[in-house]
Amino acid sequence: MAQQVSAKEPTAQQIAEQKIYRQMGVTDDEYALICGFLGRKPNYTEIGVFSVMWSEHCSYKNSKPVLRKFPTKGPRVLVGPGEGAGVVDIGDNLAVCFKIESHNHPSAIEPYQGAATGVGGIIRDIFSMGARPVALLNSLRFGKLTNERVKYLFENVVAGIAGYGNCVGIPTVGGEVMFDESYEGNPLVNAMCVGIIEHDKIQKGVAQGIGNPVFYVGPATGRDGIHGATFASEELTEESEAKRPAVQVGDPFMEKLVMEACLELINAGIVVGIQDMGAAGLTCSSSEMASKAGNGMELNLDLVPQRETGMTAYEMMLSESQERMLFVVEPDKEEQAKAIFERWGLPCVKVGRVTDDGRLRLIKDGEVVGDIPVRALVDECPVYHKPSRIPEYYVKNASVDTTRYPEVADVQDALLRLLASPSIASKEWVYSQYDYMVRTSTAVWPGSDAAVVMVPGTRKAIAMTTDCNGRYVYLDPEVGGKIALAEAARNVVCSGAEPLAITDNLNFGSPEKPEVFWQLEKAVDGISEACEKFGTPVIGGNVSLYNENSKGAIYPTPVIGMVGLVHDLDHITTQGFKAEGDVIFLLGETKAELGGSEFQYVIHGVTEGRPPMIDLDVEKRMQDAVLDAIQSGLVASAHDLSDGGLAVALAESCISGGLGAEVEIATELRADFALFSESQSRVILSAKPDKADELERKVREAGVPVTRIGTVRGNDLKIGVNGRQAVDAPVKQLAQVWKDAIPCLMK
Amino acid sequence: MNFAVLVFPGSNCDIDCYKAVEQTIGQPVDYVFHTATDLSRYDAIIIPGGFSYGDYLRSGAIARFAPVMSEVQKAAEAGKYVIGICNGFQILLESGLLPGAMRRNESLKFRCQRAMLRVENNTTAFTRDYAVGELIDIPIAHGEGNYYCDEETLAKLKAENRIVFRYAGENPNGSVDDIAGICNEQGNVVGMMPHPERAIHKLLGSEDGKRMFTSVLNAWREKHGAASVR
Repeated sequence: MAQQVSAKEPTAQQIAEQKIYRQMGVTDDEYALICGFLGRKPNYTEIGVFSVMWSEHCSYKNSKPVLRKFPTKGPRVLVGPGEGAGVVDIGDNLAVCFKIESHNHPSAIEPYQGAATGVGGIIRDIFSMGARPVALLNSLRFGKLTNERVKYLFENVVAGIAGYGNCVGIPTVGGEVMFDESYEGNPLVNAMCVGIIEHDKIQKGVAQGIGNPVFYVGPATGRDGIHGATFASEELTEESEAKRPAVQVGDPFMEKLVMEACLELINAGIVVGIQDMGAAGLTCSSSEMASKAGNGMELNLDLVPQRETGMTAYEMMLSESQERMLFVVEPDKEEQAKAIFERWGLPCVKVGRVTDDGRLRLIKDGEVVGDIPVRALVDECPVYHKPSRIPEYYVKNASVDTTRYPEVADVQDALLRLLASPSIASKEWVYSQYDYMVRTSTAVWPGSDAAVVMVPGTRKAIAMTTDCNGRYVYLDPEVGGKIALAEAARNVVCSGAEPLAITDNLNFGSPEKPEVFWQLEKAVDGISEACEKFGTPVIGGNVSLYNENSKGAIYPTPVIGMVGLVHDLDHITTQGFKAEGDVIFLLGETKAELGGSEFQYVIHGVTEGRPPMIDLDVEKRMQDAVLDAIQSGLVASAHDLSDGGLAVALAESCISGGLGAEVEIATELRADFALFSESQSRVILSAKPDKADELERKVREAGVPVTRIGTVRGNDLKIGVNGRQAVDAPVKQLAQVWKDAIPCLMK
Repeated sequence: MNFAVLVFPGSNCDIDCYKAVEQTIGQPVDYVFHTATDLSRYDAIIIPGGFSYGDYLRSGAIARFAPVMSEVQKAAEAGKYVIGICNGFQILLESGLLPGAMRRNESLKFRCQRAMLRVENNTTAFTRDYAVGELIDIPIAHGEGNYYCDEETLAKLKAENRIVFRYAGENPNGSVDDIAGICNEQGNVVGMMPHPERAIHKLLGSEDGKRMFTSVLNAWREKHGAASVR
């Protein structure tokens, strides 16, 4: 074991004495464990490698006990959590492969590159499974859009997503954007990628076959992104700006070439194992691939392409330079592999080999500079069962009466204010910057309940959405978690698809705070229960903890990325009203549920009380009835009720369809509650007049409350409540307010 | 009729153009790599959209030096049909096969949306199945589609009826005289920012782009004495 180190690097002895490992996020106890695994003190490279592999980002050491609760199995699941991305069967020997991942901290510091490389990373996760990426979505959260810094972050995060996705040529088809002070200083940037794959092409990141060569492909390694994974696993502070070098720089052009070449390599059927170099770069990809095969790996770092001179082993192992992949082939396929990458003009270098001793051995300048048992890196990170405690705010909220607000005199004015609220307003300013049509398979463009992408060569399509209402989850993590899942499923169903499975991105504050850990536990409980109910297992995801700003933790935001299957293109349904005279139905029951609602936030300036309740049986019954009606050809339009309640949903259906509606509601509730309550398990459907009776009968027979509330008619939205006109406005005016809100704020 | 869809490193509408040829007119079509040095077997060449070479310099500025481009030049001179869409249009401008230059959109933002176009010239090989003045719905998706040429060139384009499409509604990028597409003097080389290959099916939002493909097939058949298609 060579102890030769660069002049700048501390020795193993100094690391121990000066407790230098602490700067890398390694605790004293963890350091002692590491010494035990090695049988000696780690050198600088080794402690660096351990620190990233044992970071929350790579090891899930704080969240593992909670994540175990997720249901992960189902008849359609071909690959569950643990690989680059999960895979779900859609028949015809085809499957969808998808995953969501966060790039919150990089985006808070350097929004353009932070968001761009988030997109790049998730695309690599998908094609390294062998799947052709066909769609991107992103779930974004920012502070209030009146704040200058927030505008800067929003502008550049969107530009970064656009810059990367557009260039790679994968359509960005959907997602969500919400604004709330809670995310000020710590925006959430979650990117999801969906791919399509044939069953027999599914790859695994395994380094199998003793003696097989290990190849490095993609651009040279530089000093960017060092300790990115560690950076992601701590709170943002004023000093975070100094960690800007931990943010990587993306090259989507390179990504496009690497993607095409890797898919060609995989289609040639010569890959033993392949994995992208994401978080913790070369360290994570090499040790995980070796671990999954129960083997070891030897890397000769002198052979690693380097962008800069004088790079140390530590820097090379921890660099998060983008667009790099690691793969293993059999020795007699080397030339074939090289030829493919040559055609694409990509550097492809043999940097090591698979060994049988279960160790990650690093060689530089002919000397061994690191020698670590792979198991210790990948499987032996201690798991922490963090204490959890019910937060005070939650207890207090139990007694808050969310119906105590004075009645809104002018309901129409309230509706206009809600439509102008950036969280509800049109996101065209965002999605018009994304190429959502490239690949010519996008059947439902951004702006409806879920995006729909056709599956080439079949009559099928994939519906996809991301959802989470952080306010609900904050007010009651368990209920909020259930609602997040239920709403995602509702969106998928309203687009005409059967929900298949989910990927989740758990964005929470610091798990060191018992109140935050309680939120995490409860939210996962809620999501898990709902997953069981809807038959949508969790096939992968990401955990992003330590999302805090000077005022404390962000709202707990477990984003659900759901994918559903449209069995026939004829089932594709959108939210816009379709034709004059169509009958409008409201499914579900409306109660005075204002806690965590957009109405409560915008009109009364608070987020308090309990969120709407949800009965998963009622929700499931309603969704089944809607899907059945759609598949029976009875539905003209479908739109789920969420932020802003019934009035906003009606306005959106009018705006999307360019048609008016005349609606009359009979209710025991106050008009403002009836129109803006966010009671769950509700959907508005419209049907052609000759299909209306059958639709109503079918839904009622399924045990779902259904009310005929009006007709698609004219150019105005007219809503009467108990015979009194509450809203009477030209759809053009509603559309104007809704469309102009974000562009005006961004000017 | 044989079609070539060129593939530069970074092209990303190549698949869409290939599918469009297959689905609209069912003619033989090949992907042809940027390194190709012989296009003699092709009757029509499609230069697709995307970000050739990353477009880190001016869009299309590097692609014009690819080996295949001298073959495209020859094909154009021989009267074969050449169309550049989006990044393909930018490449045609950079290689001098069409006059003018492309600037960033006036909004300085990438824009992806539907666009209404007015057909200004139906005498080109790619537009003969449209009527002059007809409004068609063909989407755009670009960050640098702000077409520019000097007044002299514009006067010439107008005088020679070489403006093929104009934006009929709002001009989405600030282009000179609302230009969305132009052609060369012979009308066999067309460049346009909107994507006709994205408008070939109702499920994609419009099928108004179909006739660009039937047009060129009909033009070729007429030249070669075969019956025309509808």
